[in-house]
Amino acid sequence: MDFNVNENSIKIYTASDATDYELPYIDEGISAGFPSPALDFDDIAIDLNKHLIKHPSATFYGRVSGHSLEGAGISDGDILIIDRSLEPTNDKIAVCYIDGEFTAKRIHKHNNELWLLPENSEYQPIKVEANSNFIIWGIVTYVIKSV
Amino acid sequence: MFALVDCNNFYASCERVFNPALNEKPVVVLSNNDGCVISRSNEAKALGIPMGAPAFKYEDVFKREDVKVFSANFPLYGDMSRRVMDILSDFTPEMEIYSIDESFLKFDGFENYDLREYAIKIRQKVLKWTGIPVSIGVAKTKSLSKAAAHIAKKFPDKTEGVYVIDTDEKIIKALKWLKVGDVWGIGRRYEKKLNEKGVRTAFEFTQLSDQYIKQQMSVVSLYLKRDLLGEPILRLEEAQSKKNIATTRSFDKNYTKFEDISERISTFAVMCAEKLRKQNSCCNSLVVFIRTNKHKNSLKQYSGSIKVKLPFATNSNIEIAKFANSALKQIFKEGFEYKKAGVIVQDFSDAGVVQQNLFENSDQRHVALMNSIDYINRNFGQQKVRLATQDQGKVWKMKQENLSPKYTTNLDDIITIKV
Repeated sequence: MDFNVNENSIKIYTASDATDYELPYIDEGISAGFPSPALDFDDIAIDLNKHLIKHPSATFYGRVSGHSLEGAGISDGDILIIDRSLEPTNDKIAVCYIDGEFTAKRIHKHNNELWLLPENSEYQPIKVEANSNFIIWGIVTYVIKSV
Repeated sequence: MFALVDCNNFYASCERVFNPALNEKPVVVLSNNDGCVISRSNEAKALGIPMGAPAFKYEDVFKREDVKVFSANFPLYGDMSRRVMDILSDFTPEMEIYSIDESFLKFDGFENYDLREYAIKIRQKVLKWTGIPVSIGVAKTKSLSKAAAHIAKKFPDKTEGVYVIDTDEKIIKALKWLKVGDVWGIGRRYEKKLNEKGVRTAFEFTQLSDQYIKQQMSVVSLYLKRDLLGEPILRLEEAQSKKNIATTRSFDKNYTKFEDISERISTFAVMCAEKLRKQNSCCNSLVVFIRTNKHKNSLKQYSGSIKVKLPFATNSNIEIAKFANSALKQIFKEGFEYKKAGVIVQDFSDAGVVQQNLFENSDQRHVALMNSIDYINRNFGQQKVRLATQDQGKVWKMKQENLSPKYTTNLDDIITIKV
């Protein structure tokens, strides 16, 4: 409906609800004051995946069983982050496959001999014999432990 | 130029990555329910175990030859596939993931590259990062790259897993070597027919007249002929939603009662509905089939299937299970021992733009309900919320006697490292 108020013709219409017009919802609430300066910086939460995993396609996890690496801060029950893309350079801690099981040790090459070194005086270094079935599976990058 | 990257014996190779004791041993992976062989290591192939071999027929061979047998571990294979594809996507902007273990890469603007060297780099990176060995074929068309990968796989020592077809002489040589049944897209379907005509190699296929191929085979085969001769006809396909979704399984034993099979059909229907929602589709028709064990000739044989057009498009567990069960009623016959059944959903439409029907419509309340069910099942474990007609753990269990751990997708299943 519409009607004239006077000759100057101010027309008043009722609102039509025939169409929807969606207004954007503003999450911070409407305040007359200064907008939050933090709004422009809303993506800076810390994502541990981003920091601990450089090569997601090459990264795997393994659970530690045993005590030979206590000196390196690796204890029974810890979770290792293993990156297969890294090169096994001297003195890295590597996950190896030897004698039918996975183990982790510090790898050390010396005079053309490859040694697997423990970090616990109760354990002996292991020399990798040339004819043994030995694989360096990946390099340990981080340890996750509950304290 | 195209490259086809094909993972060698993919499922068996996945098992080996986390269990290196399997290296150099015969390994087979069985289909869902431990039905038949779906992946074989080279050692298992050498024992003469064919692809698709029914497991029960080869039990003696498995035992005698100490074959390491695994139940399919699809969460593991899916995750490893994703890793391989991720790595491949770093090597070119144009890539088509063709299947769980195969991908086409397109090399446009790589004229200055030595593509053999480049492919060897790809191969080494995938192997080092994931432990999965691949074969790579490079050529100027897709079908030729497929043939080249076949050669790379057959002659790993000579090719080091990479074969490049880069001259006309090499095209002819490859086509003369390749059996017509191994040509991509011709397959076993036309092999017998072509062999009867004296056509045994891919080369002989390309010598057939266009007219013969069009009349006796298909237009697609004609495109294939030109593609094989080096004219790039087949393009890289865009990733697209699936055209139909199937959930089919062999049962752990034979079933005779309608209620037992009906329960399976409900479960399969729900699995299809979940996959539909994942790709945001609704289906407009579905197929239900049941059959007896075709490997046991001593049993009375029957197989029935039916396609039903749905009155409306839906992806609701409840509605699809209901339609699938009324379809089952029409094909089920008493007196047979059923071994396998399946539900296939087809004729998809976009879940967002469902055509409203004048008389009967999908219950819109289901949309919210399905969202909630998906949410709960995702966060609290598979199948926490089920239809009453689904498996309640009483009737049926998937046969998975030799399932390996979910090494990469479940924290309780990661490898143990003895230190």
